[in-house]
Amino acid sequence: MATTVHEPPQIDPHRLPDPRHSGNGGGRNLAPADGDLRVTLDYSPPPSSTGIWVVLFAITMMFAAFTSALIVRKGSSLDWQTFTLPSILYFNTLVLLASSITLEVSRRRVAAFMGGLKSQVESPARWLYITLFLGLLFVAGQYVAWSQLSAEGLYLATNPSSSFFYVLTATHALHVLGGLGGLIYVIRKLSKSALRRSALVATARYWHFMDVLWLYLLFLLWMKL
Amino acid sequence: MHDMSTHAVQHHAPPTSFIRKHVFSLDHKVIGKQYYALALIAALAGMGLSWLMRIHLGWTNAAIPGLQLLSKNGAPGGVMTPEYYLQLMTMHGTIMVFFVLTTAPFAAFGNFFLPIQVGAEDMPFPHFNMMSFWVTFVAFVVLMASFFVGDGPTLGGWTQYAPLNAVGAVAGPGQGLGVVLWATSIALFCVGQLLGALNFIPTTLDLRVKGMSLMRLPLSAWAWFITSCMGLTAFAVLMPACILVILDHVAGTSFFVPSNTVINDQLLPHSGGSTLLWQHLFWFFGHPEVYIAIVPGIGIVSHILVTNMRRPMLSHRVLIYSMGALAVLSYMVYGHHMFVSGMNPISSLAFSFPTLVITIPSTIVVLIWVFSLYGSKLRINSASLFALGFISMFVSGGVSGFFLAQPSIDIMLHATYFVVGHFHMVMGVAAMFGIFGGTYFWFPKMAGRMMNETLGKIHFWLSFVGTYCIFMPFHYLGMAGNVRRYSTFVDDFLQPLIPLHRFITVAALLTGAAQLIFVYNLIHSRFWGKLAPDNPWDATSLEWSTATPPPFDNFGGQHPVVYHDPYQYGVQSSTGDYVMQASPEQVKTEHEEK
Amino acid sequence: MAKFFAVTIIVIAILSAIPILRHTWVAPEDISTHGRLIDEQMSETMAEAGISFLAAQFMLAVFIWKFSNPGPTATIKKFPGGAKGLVVAALLVVGVEVMALGIFGVKAWANVYLTPPSASAMPIQVQAGQFAFYFRYPGPDGKLGPIHPELINEGSQNFYGLDPEHDTDSRDDIVTAEMAIPVNKEIHLLMHAKDVGHSFYVRELRVQQDFVPGLDVSLHFTATKVGKYEIVCTQLCGLGHYNMKAYLNVLSQQDFDDWLKKEAAMQ
Repeated sequence: MATTVHEPPQIDPHRLPDPRHSGNGGGRNLAPADGDLRVTLDYSPPPSSTGIWVVLFAITMMFAAFTSALIVRKGSSLDWQTFTLPSILYFNTLVLLASSITLEVSRRRVAAFMGGLKSQVESPARWLYITLFLGLLFVAGQYVAWSQLSAEGLYLATNPSSSFFYVLTATHALHVLGGLGGLIYVIRKLSKSALRRSALVATARYWHFMDVLWLYLLFLLWMKL
Repeated sequence: MHDMSTHAVQHHAPPTSFIRKHVFSLDHKVIGKQYYALALIAALAGMGLSWLMRIHLGWTNAAIPGLQLLSKNGAPGGVMTPEYYLQLMTMHGTIMVFFVLTTAPFAAFGNFFLPIQVGAEDMPFPHFNMMSFWVTFVAFVVLMASFFVGDGPTLGGWTQYAPLNAVGAVAGPGQGLGVVLWATSIALFCVGQLLGALNFIPTTLDLRVKGMSLMRLPLSAWAWFITSCMGLTAFAVLMPACILVILDHVAGTSFFVPSNTVINDQLLPHSGGSTLLWQHLFWFFGHPEVYIAIVPGIGIVSHILVTNMRRPMLSHRVLIYSMGALAVLSYMVYGHHMFVSGMNPISSLAFSFPTLVITIPSTIVVLIWVFSLYGSKLRINSASLFALGFISMFVSGGVSGFFLAQPSIDIMLHATYFVVGHFHMVMGVAAMFGIFGGTYFWFPKMAGRMMNETLGKIHFWLSFVGTYCIFMPFHYLGMAGNVRRYSTFVDDFLQPLIPLHRFITVAALLTGAAQLIFVYNLIHSRFWGKLAPDNPWDATSLEWSTATPPPFDNFGGQHPVVYHDPYQYGVQSSTGDYVMQASPEQVKTEHEEK
Repeated sequence: MAKFFAVTIIVIAILSAIPILRHTWVAPEDISTHGRLIDEQMSETMAEAGISFLAAQFMLAVFIWKFSNPGPTATIKKFPGGAKGLVVAALLVVGVEVMALGIFGVKAWANVYLTPPSASAMPIQVQAGQFAFYFRYPGPDGKLGPIHPELINEGSQNFYGLDPEHDTDSRDDIVTAEMAIPVNKEIHLLMHAKDVGHSFYVRELRVQQDFVPGLDVSLHFTATKVGKYEIVCTQLCGLGHYNMKAYLNVLSQQDFDDWLKKEAAMQ
C-alpha cells in the first residue's frame, strides 16, 4: 500500500516567490521535472477573482438569452407597440454611475487603510455607505419608473414591449440588490476588520458590471421600444 | 487584517453538530454524497415511471395494482389513461435528464473528488456549494409535488414545446399548475447548477496544489471542469426561458403563445408570441445538456480504464482536447433538433455540418480508448466492466447519430423511436454506466468500505445484456416509423410492432429489477462491507494518497505536492507497477506523447 | 470473465445487425417522387454506420479478449503509430466519410425543401388541431377564403372558422376530414395550426413537417401510387396525441374528381 502523505521536499526559502501573492498553494503553469520545486511559479489568483468572472459570465449569458428573445419576439409579430421610456431612467443611470465612482473611492481608501494609515479608520466605511445609499436610490428610482408606466396603463402583460421592459429592468434590479448584499457583506467584514481584499475587488467588479449591463439595457430598450 | 491574502480559503474547523455535519454541511464530500443520494432516489423514481410506461405500452388495458393510489383520475382502477401516460413520461424524462444524469456524474462525483484530485481542502465557496445542493433539492421537491397537486404533472414532454407549455390548463391536464411547477423546478435547478459551476471552475483553476499543472490533472477532473463550463453557459440560458414561460402563465404575457390560438372553440387572449423562440432557447441549453450528461462519464470511464489497464492512455492531451472540442461543438449544433420544426431549411443544413463534425472528436475518444487497450494488462472488475460497457454503448448510441445529423434522413426518423433509442443509448445508458463504474470504483473512498464484487458483476451482466435488449429494438421500431410519445398504438401500421414492444417491456422490467441488486449492494456495503484500504486499486491520483475515507480537510492538515503526471502506470517503482502523483520517488517513465 | 465478455459483445453486435441486414423492420415502400434520394441516403448511411459499429465493437472485443488478466510476465506494449496515427485516421477516414455523406445528403434535402412548388401544383390546406386534421380544397374559384378564428366551432362543424355569408372566396371551399389527392400530381400543402404544435407525417410519402402555430408553413410532394395511407401526428400535442390521425387517399384523377364533387355536394 502506498504511503499516504509525503513530506514536502526541502526548498531554498530565498528562491520562493513573495508569499503575499500566493493563493491556496495553487500552482499554475508548473513543470517541475523530477520534483524540483525551485523552478516552479508558486502563484495563483484568489478563487474569488475567478469566481466573479464566472458569475459575470452567467449573468451575461442570461441577458444575452433575454436579448435574443426580445429580438425574435419583436420580429415574429406586428403587435409590438413602442413607448417612450420614463425619463427618470436617465436620472437613475446617473445615480448608478455615481455609485460606481463612490465605490472606487472607497476601494482606494480601503487600500490606503490596509497600507497602514490608521487615521482614516472611518472613511472607507463612509464611502461604502454612500455607495449603498446610491444603489438603493437606483432601485427606488426603478420602482418609480415602473409606477409611472403602470400609471400610463402599461402593465407587464399589456404588450410584448412592456413585458420585456419589466422583465429586463426587474431582473437587472434583482441583480443590483444582490450587489447591495455584497456591499453589506463587505461593510460588515470591514467593521470586524476581517475583510479580504479579494472580496472587495470581486464586489467592485460585480458593481461596475451592473453599470455596464444597465447602460447596455438602456441602449437596448431605447432602441427597441 | 493587514495580511489579507495569504489564504483565499478559510480553514474551517470540522463541524460537530449533526445538522452541520450531515444536513447543512459545508464539506464538499458530504455535499457530493448528498447529491449522490438525491440522484439515487431520483433514478429509482424515474425507473419506476419507466416500468409503468412500458407496461402500458405493451398491455394498454392492463390494470397496474396500486396505481390508482397515485392518481385517482390518472389511473382509474389502476388502468392508465392516455394523458396520465404522457404525464408519467414527462416526469420520467425530466427526472432522469436533470436530477440523475446531471447530478450524479457531475455534481455528486465532481463535488466529492474534484477538490481532492486537485489537492485542495475544499471548494472555494462552501456556502454557495451547500446552497447549490439545497436549491437542487428544493427543485426536486417542487417537481415531485406536481404529482400531488391540481390535475397532476405536465404532459408536455421534457422538452415542453411551446405553445403547449404556455396556453394553460385548457390544453390538457397538468398544463396549468403542472407546467408552472415544472418551470419553477427547472429554474431552481439552473440556479443550483450555476452555483455548482461557480465552485468547480475556481477549484480547478486556482486551488491546485504545488506541482499540479493543468496537464497533470486526471481526466475525470478535466471532464468536470469542461462540464462546469458547459453548464455555466447552458443553464444561464434555460433559466430565462423558464421565467418567460412562468410569466405567460401567471402574468398573462404572450412570449410563446401566438395570435389566433383556438382551443375548445375558445380564442385565447394571448397574441403574437413566437413558438420557435422557445425551441431555440430550449435547445441552446438542451444540446449542451446532452454533453453535460456524457462528458463526466467520458472522464470517469477514462480514469477507471487507465487505472485498470495499468498503462497511461495513448494520449492524455488528445483526450482532453477531444472533450473540449465536444463541449465547444455542442453549442453550434443545437438546431439539429429542429430540422422539421419549420426553421429555415438553409439553417438546417448549417446545423447539420457541425453535427457531423462532432463525429470526429467522438471517434478520436473511442479510438484512444480502444487502442490504449492494445498491449495493456487489463484488470477485470465491476468498475472496469462498466467502463468497457460504456465504450460499447457509446459506440452504439453514437453511430445512430450519423442518421439524425442529416436533415434528409431526419424527415423519416424525427420523432420516432429511433431518436428515443439513440439518446437512451448514448446519454441514458452510457452515462448510467459511467455512474455505475464510478460508484464501484470510488465507493471504497467515499464510504470507507468495499462493494461486493460478485453482486457488482451480476449487476453488470444483467444491465449490459438487458439494455441492449431494450434499446436496440427501439432503433428498429423507429426505422419502421413508430412514432414516439404515443400512449397507445392505434394506427394500423403500428399494430404489427406491438409484439416487439412487449419484448422490450419484458426486457425493461427485468433490467430494472437488476438495478435493485445494485441498490442492495450499495446499502449493504455501506454498512457491512469489507473495510477498504487507502488505495485498493493501486491507483495514482491524489484521492488515493489520502486516508479512507478522507479526513475533513482531505489531506490531514498537509498539502500534498505533485511530482508526476496523473497516470504513471507500467513503471518500475517501490510500490509496484505504478508511481503515485504525490510520490517524490524518481522513476524512469515513458514520456507520453504530447 | 473477460473472454466471455468479449464474446458477448460480438454476439450482441451480430444479433443487432441481423434484423437490419434481413430488413425485418423497414419503412414501407416509397410512393413519392422525392423519396428515392432519401432512401438512398438512408442506405448509404446505414452501410457506413453499420461498418463503424461492427468494427468498433469487434476491435473492443478482440482487445479485451487478448489483453485482459495477463500473466505477471506480460509487458506493456504500445500501439504502433500511437495517438497521432489514430487522430489522423479519425480525421481522414471518419471525418471525410461523414462529411461526404453530409454533402450528398444536401441533395435529398434540397429536393424537398429548397425547390419551390411548380405553378401548376394543386393547393390543399391542412389544419391541425387537438386532435384531428381537417383539409380544405379551394373549390372552382381556386381561392381559399379567410379564416376567422373566433368563428371556429366544432359543434356546428365550422372547423376552419369560415364565414361564407361575407366572404365570397369561402363559399365554394370544401372542408374534409380525409385527404384525397390525385396520383402523379404535385400537391402544394399549406399547413396551418389551430392551437398547439402538431406534425404531418406520412411514412410512405417520406414527408414529415411540423405545424408551427402562428406561422403558416408549406410543403410540396407528388404521390406516385394509388392507395390509402395513414397521416399521423408526430409532435406531442396533448392527451389525444396518439389518436390524432387521418387517411391519405391517393386516387386516379377520375376518382379524385368524383370524390371532390361528392364532398362539395355534402358541404
